[in-house]
Amino acid sequence: MGAQKKGATRFSEDPEELARVPLQAILLADSFTTKFRPITLDRPKVLLPLVNVPMINYTLAWLESAGVEEVIVFCCAHSKQVINYLESSEWFSHPNFSVMTIESHNSISAGDALRLIYERNVIQGDFVLISGDTVSNMSLTQVLKEHKERKKKDSNAIMTMIIKRSKSSSIIQQSRLGTDELFMAIDPNTKQLLYYEDKADHSKGAICLDKLLLTDNPSISLHNDKQDCYIDICSPEVLSLFTDNFDYQHLRRHFVKGLLVDDIMGYKVFTHEIHSNYAARIDNFRSYGSISKDIIQRWTYPFVPDVKFFGNSAIKLERQGMYRASDVVQSRSAEVGSFTVIGNGTRIGNNTKISNSVVGEGCTIGSNVSIEGSYIWDNVIIEDGCKLMHSIVCDGVVIKSGAVLDPGVVLSFKVIIGQQFVVPSYSKVSLFQQPTKQDSDEELEYADNSSGIVENSSMADTVDKSNGQLTSELLDEECGPTYELGTGGVGYIWSICEGSHEEEWRHSIAPIPADKLAEAMQTTDDDLELLTQDGSVLPPSGELKPDSNYSDDNEDPRDVSIYFEKEVEATFLRAVHENIKEDNVILEVNSLRLSYNKLFTDCAGAIFYSLMKLALETPHSSPSELCNSTMDVVTKWKKLLKSYLTDIDEQIEVIQKFEEICLESAKEFSPLFSKILFHLYDKDLIQEDAILKWDDEKKNADEADKVFVKQSEKFIQWLREAPEEDDEEEDEEE
Amino acid sequence: MVDLQGLVNELVSKLRRRKVEGSRATARLTAELLRSVISQSKLPATNQPAALIDAVRDVGGKLIAANPIELAVGNIVRRVLHIIREEDHSNARDAVEGFRLSVGGDNDYIVEQDHLNLSVAAQSSLCRPSLHSLLERSPNSATTYFTATSEDDSEEKRKSLDPIARSLEFRRKVISAVNDLIEDINTCHLVIAELAVEHIHPNEVILTFGHSRTVKEFLCAAREKKRSFGLFVAEGAPKYQGHLLAKELAARGLQTTVITDSAVFAMISRVNMVIVGVHAVMANGGVIGPVGLNMVALAAQKHAVPFVVVTGTHKLCPLYPNNPEVSLNEMRSPSEVLSFEEFSDCMDYRIGTGAPQLHVVNPAFDYVPPELVSLFITDIGGYYPSYMYRLIADYYSSDDVVIQQKPAS
Repeated sequence: MGAQKKGATRFSEDPEELARVPLQAILLADSFTTKFRPITLDRPKVLLPLVNVPMINYTLAWLESAGVEEVIVFCCAHSKQVINYLESSEWFSHPNFSVMTIESHNSISAGDALRLIYERNVIQGDFVLISGDTVSNMSLTQVLKEHKERKKKDSNAIMTMIIKRSKSSSIIQQSRLGTDELFMAIDPNTKQLLYYEDKADHSKGAICLDKLLLTDNPSISLHNDKQDCYIDICSPEVLSLFTDNFDYQHLRRHFVKGLLVDDIMGYKVFTHEIHSNYAARIDNFRSYGSISKDIIQRWTYPFVPDVKFFGNSAIKLERQGMYRASDVVQSRSAEVGSFTVIGNGTRIGNNTKISNSVVGEGCTIGSNVSIEGSYIWDNVIIEDGCKLMHSIVCDGVVIKSGAVLDPGVVLSFKVIIGQQFVVPSYSKVSLFQQPTKQDSDEELEYADNSSGIVENSSMADTVDKSNGQLTSELLDEECGPTYELGTGGVGYIWSICEGSHEEEWRHSIAPIPADKLAEAMQTTDDDLELLTQDGSVLPPSGELKPDSNYSDDNEDPRDVSIYFEKEVEATFLRAVHENIKEDNVILEVNSLRLSYNKLFTDCAGAIFYSLMKLALETPHSSPSELCNSTMDVVTKWKKLLKSYLTDIDEQIEVIQKFEEICLESAKEFSPLFSKILFHLYDKDLIQEDAILKWDDEKKNADEADKVFVKQSEKFIQWLREAPEEDDEEEDEEE
Repeated sequence: MVDLQGLVNELVSKLRRRKVEGSRATARLTAELLRSVISQSKLPATNQPAALIDAVRDVGGKLIAANPIELAVGNIVRRVLHIIREEDHSNARDAVEGFRLSVGGDNDYIVEQDHLNLSVAAQSSLCRPSLHSLLERSPNSATTYFTATSEDDSEEKRKSLDPIARSLEFRRKVISAVNDLIEDINTCHLVIAELAVEHIHPNEVILTFGHSRTVKEFLCAAREKKRSFGLFVAEGAPKYQGHLLAKELAARGLQTTVITDSAVFAMISRVNMVIVGVHAVMANGGVIGPVGLNMVALAAQKHAVPFVVVTGTHKLCPLYPNNPEVSLNEMRSPSEVLSFEEFSDCMDYRIGTGAPQLHVVNPAFDYVPPELVSLFITDIGGYYPSYMYRLIADYYSSDDVVIQQKPAS
């Protein structure tokens, strides 16, 4: 309650009083996800090196330079490691910048973390909410000012989200950081966030906006090119909201969406777009790769390797964006390409090629090794002739000679890859076995304590232990070749979880393979086609489709027509065989019409089709016999047909249907076309206007379509002359 | 009392994170920090100057390492070291003279071992006095010192005998010299500005580049003295600090024309003089300035337009540009050149080989060789580039050119 009270009293005080509150930040040193497994089984995500500097330092250095005075670091997974690291770092001894840690062991989400912080009562005013894996160089002054001013005017404006424009190709529905495509609706004037959807269902190819949004706001801009930086300026009310809504877990999925949907409290979320500055969060392996490259390309200046924003390592920027520490031992014949960082004390052998990669400290790289687009952490040994493509290699890994890492491989701590072994694409290798059962708290970053964590023991120890595990494993059950990493290899290849198998290439650091890209493009095209198709056959009338046993909302409309025709035919045949009265048949066909959402024209066509089919099925030996039987059928069911042929459109439909029958289903009718047409005219089923109109419509058609027009030319001619005669007669009478 | 280590760390972290930039600001902060180092560091009873030099060197090494591109930091560290040495020399000289006098006058005077060492050292270093001190002190030093010492013989003797008083006196002198240095840094642009009317003639057309406070004051001073002249300001992409300068000059009543950097060559034929401020002046007379400066200098040379550099002496760097210690340039964020938003699709690492297809280089500085510089206007007068080495000998001691840097742990 304390924070809330303070928040409430603050408004009555003058702005100078307000300015005295030190700017605080909550840094969540836990992502509450498992995306970096198996690496995060050993080490918390915030301590993983990003271009040779543990991630949390980027966040802390930015907070410090942005003028934040107090940082509350919330540690959960591997909390001891985080706290020990911070204690040994320079951050605790910094003047005008205090770092405080809060430790928790049972928080499983950001929501839990914020509830705990609320209980501790440490937040006094507006604060920056950020997770420990964010890289930024933006200035907070402007956004803080905006936030405060908004808050003064409207006490419900409790949060400002930082967003940044980032173009991405629409093919794979994914940002360049590997996160799902994000849809945002923003009021262009007030910058209020109105809609937030990061898990849009792409299979539908549509997103749904609440109609109320459109009535309440004069203008809305909808964006899909904005990147959420996961930097939020929050008022203290945010914390109490989390406590009030104990089911809020995820900051975006629950909290932001909850606020947007809930209009009872009327809390508002605003956005602030940054333009020249950089801000991004490492969410998955792909963003790890992308952000590393952004750092190497200096978008995050001054947080770049050669500026010593943290620590004491002296790295110099050389030509072509190559960063090299001062004491790298490099063979003359080795080629270190552009956009590469080589850490302290690393040795590189003959004829080795390294490009677009980061190599950590104290690594030993043998001869004839090729490394491309990979992230190699500290103290890794790579023997001669290895080939590494777009992979992440953690501390202490040994890759024996001739081994190959295919794109997207992740080798966790101290894994050993045997000689000549080829690690398949996207596989993750760890000393730990993959947890067999899905933990109930799968959002957690750390491993189950019971699953036998190998503590930081010596290499030999680890090898022994895991070898022991391996053999026992092998005896216990036939676990197949999962342990096999070549001769002398140590570690388990994690089988890719079911369900996410398809998605593996999306979040890996490797570039998307060409075939996947082509596939994605194909599906996009298909989606588009489907979309246009759907659009073109929408029922012209606005009436809703009534429920029906036979039809499904998503069914192809062509199928619906076929079903309808079959139904009508079945009804008609039943009527023929069971001698049902015509009125009843009309009633049944009408109900069918309603259930299939059809028009009278469709009914007329369908009934005519049934009639002709009936006639065709009556045994006949010659065309004239067929003609006769057709005439009989038509005469018999004249009333039924007549009831659907009230309008000229329906009559034209019947003629066209007849044409179709003659061309496609029953070729026997084609020579009889004009005869039957005359018969229909004779029986008053089709009026001369319809026939003339049909003739007119056909005038511009292809020659092939005109077959029947020509056949009935004489008849039409006669029809055309007849009324003229009538007219003349009338004239004469006058 | 303020924690000295804390102060040092604060400036180091400010320099590291690029929170203080610009040679003037960094020079002033460095000088102020070194002043507190001098006043607060605990010194042993004997060999004080050497201890003080070590202390300053130690702090200076850290500061230089924090942001090697700010050469002014190193300059100030060396200047302070030089001040300490000079004071030490003059002390020693006084002592030697006093010693000679006392030897002549008083036979029972007992020479301290330390004192003797000092005087021997002083005598050896006295062999090569700087031109500066020669000009300022030599003509009258003989007479003044002799008269002073002969007059206050007893006082001088007492002083030299009392180590505590002497150490206080020494420290006071060093601090007052450092204060003079800070004062110089703060006011050098005003001193330089006084020279403006001598260099800017009526109805001339001046071209300047980038934003320099010294240039601004220089031009305004000429304007205040009723000199009428035309002015072109090249905008100085990508930081566009020329826009800022033009705004400030216009506010102060100067008729200013802004041109793009690429229009410099086209405009140079109408220009009578190019006046620029720089980041640093190297020992060979070459200058390091904002990126694009070399192009302006080349254009000026092509059209035989004088290329004048206005600079305070704190920018004078005793290093040569080919020294590997000097990092001549800094690559800044590409966002100054182009917007990340517009080009983020070119930096999509998901497609193709995963290698960036677009690379933006944004260097902050340019090097202009001494052949292209016509004149330096400093707070101590106008000099040719070829004279820079002599100025450097005046302001820096050759022992300090290489500041010991502790290897990174």
